[in-house]
Amino acid sequence: MTGHTRPHILITGAAGALAQQVINRLRDTCDLVAVDFREQVDLGADIPSYRIDFTKRVFEDLFRRYEFDGVIHLGRIMSSQGTRMSRYNANVLGTQKLLDLAHKYGVSRVVVLSTYHVYGAMAYNPALIDEDAPLKGAGLSSDLVDSVELENLATIYLWRYPDLNIAILRPCNIVGPGVRNSISTLLESKRAPVLSGFSPMMQFIHIDDMADALVLAYTNQGHRGIYNVAPADWVAYQHALKLAGCRRLPVPSIPPVLPRTILSLLNLRSFPPYLMDFFKYPVVIDGQAFARDFGFKPRRPLKEIFRYYRESKT
Amino acid sequence: MSITSYLRDLIVPKSLEEQIARVDKPIGSLGYDPWGYNNETIKFGFSLVKPLYEKYFRVTAQGVEHVPAEGPVLIVANHSGQLPIDGVLIGYALASRAERPRIPRAMIERFFPTVPYLGNLLNQVGAVLGDPVNCAKMLANGEAIIVFPEGVRGSGKLYQDRYQLKRFGNGFMHLAMKHKAPIIPVGVVGCEETIPAIANIKPLAKALGVPYAPVALPFVFPAKVHLNFGEPLYFDDQELPEEQVTERVEQVKAAISQLIDKGLSERKRLF
Repeated sequence: MTGHTRPHILITGAAGALAQQVINRLRDTCDLVAVDFREQVDLGADIPSYRIDFTKRVFEDLFRRYEFDGVIHLGRIMSSQGTRMSRYNANVLGTQKLLDLAHKYGVSRVVVLSTYHVYGAMAYNPALIDEDAPLKGAGLSSDLVDSVELENLATIYLWRYPDLNIAILRPCNIVGPGVRNSISTLLESKRAPVLSGFSPMMQFIHIDDMADALVLAYTNQGHRGIYNVAPADWVAYQHALKLAGCRRLPVPSIPPVLPRTILSLLNLRSFPPYLMDFFKYPVVIDGQAFARDFGFKPRRPLKEIFRYYRESKT
Repeated sequence: MSITSYLRDLIVPKSLEEQIARVDKPIGSLGYDPWGYNNETIKFGFSLVKPLYEKYFRVTAQGVEHVPAEGPVLIVANHSGQLPIDGVLIGYALASRAERPRIPRAMIERFFPTVPYLGNLLNQVGAVLGDPVNCAKMLANGEAIIVFPEGVRGSGKLYQDRYQLKRFGNGFMHLAMKHKAPIIPVGVVGCEETIPAIANIKPLAKALGVPYAPVALPFVFPAKVHLNFGEPLYFDDQELPEEQVTERVEQVKAAISQLIDKGLSERKRLF
């Protein structure tokens, strides 16, 4: 710790809706610096904001200037964006640079946002997957390699540098106003593809609850490690679409090459072929450890989440 | 009124709705649990199984009261009859009992989740992928779980081998010991005669990616089914070498064998 009266926190991925929610929760009690590799975001006079590439040398100047106590790393390029190479550079190499600098400049708390996609979707997944389950995502799709590698990297730093006090959060589907990921785009749309005969169980967390979870993970510094973040509530994918007011667009599901070809031809950002198995097989995670260690209790029920999407269509 | 709610009103009687409502099941706000069980689908399933249980297979269930009203429990039975009819009938027997009904879960073969429609449907009526993690988590959740330790060795056996118990896996015993779950042995008599198979075409099964390809009539015979539930067996959770765990498994197997003999002696005729 650098002994500031108010903690100095670097928040990455500032252009995203989730980061802005986190910033709003922390701005009264912390001195924040926001960065994003996509754009410079105007967050008011009290929060310096930068568009910066983590792999460039100028990034280190921020650590020198602001003497960060903590880092909340939300700046990931999602698997539905960019090329494999650009995602690898930003997500893996960028994160490595960030963690190296955090270690060099004495940061005492790092929260890393990961995704449940790292577990991979396959028919043999048990339900309520624990944090110590193997990460099969990379083996099942090369488009998820960067997500798994980011985690592996953060895990290596978690054990090699205990002083960084790293908490890695693996949330289920983050949804709600302003969220631009693939599942939120699907729920927003009037018609959403479904694989005929498959309606896997899914979990959803409202962006407000996820922002609360990130703030709890930052402020409750007594626990480090890897945590799933998901409410203890579940719904089948096709039922979720119905509640969100989406009409279902059935895609033939067998043989597997058929839906893959159709989805490649459709080229939907919200339903990319490599995420196809997540709409076929369940990846249900167990969020009990996070709820217990951090006192986390989501406030937004599933019905409220889907009501938002349904009403946004009228 | 949607088609689904119209069909539900048509198929699901009021008394059955009340019966399901009496079952204490840990589910989320939309009626699902993590394994895909759905409170609405189970009502349809229950309504469709009722005539099969009462009229077609004319099931006689004895000792169903031995299953505890709550808490983790493993219901361990012999497996037979090519299709998992035995699991469905055991489940119905427990869900329809007058006092403290329970909706048990059944562990299913690994290829079911890959089958469109059927995989989801089985999950919605309580069946779960046969995985030790699933079983452990469900026991921790206080569920009643139907287990067939013979697996496909039992369900795929030929008619000439009927009522001969095949090798039991030890997995269920480890889970029962770890979670302090009592074991209820069940002897199923009658399911062997529902789809009698005279041969198994292994190359065809391999080509289709299914556990077995029986040579049998494409018909389910209305054999009368006897279910005999035994008294609970309790096993402590001490660390044991695998050999002694196998001995405990053999105790369960012997109890099931006795219950099968009881069912066979009670049976007056096949149909």
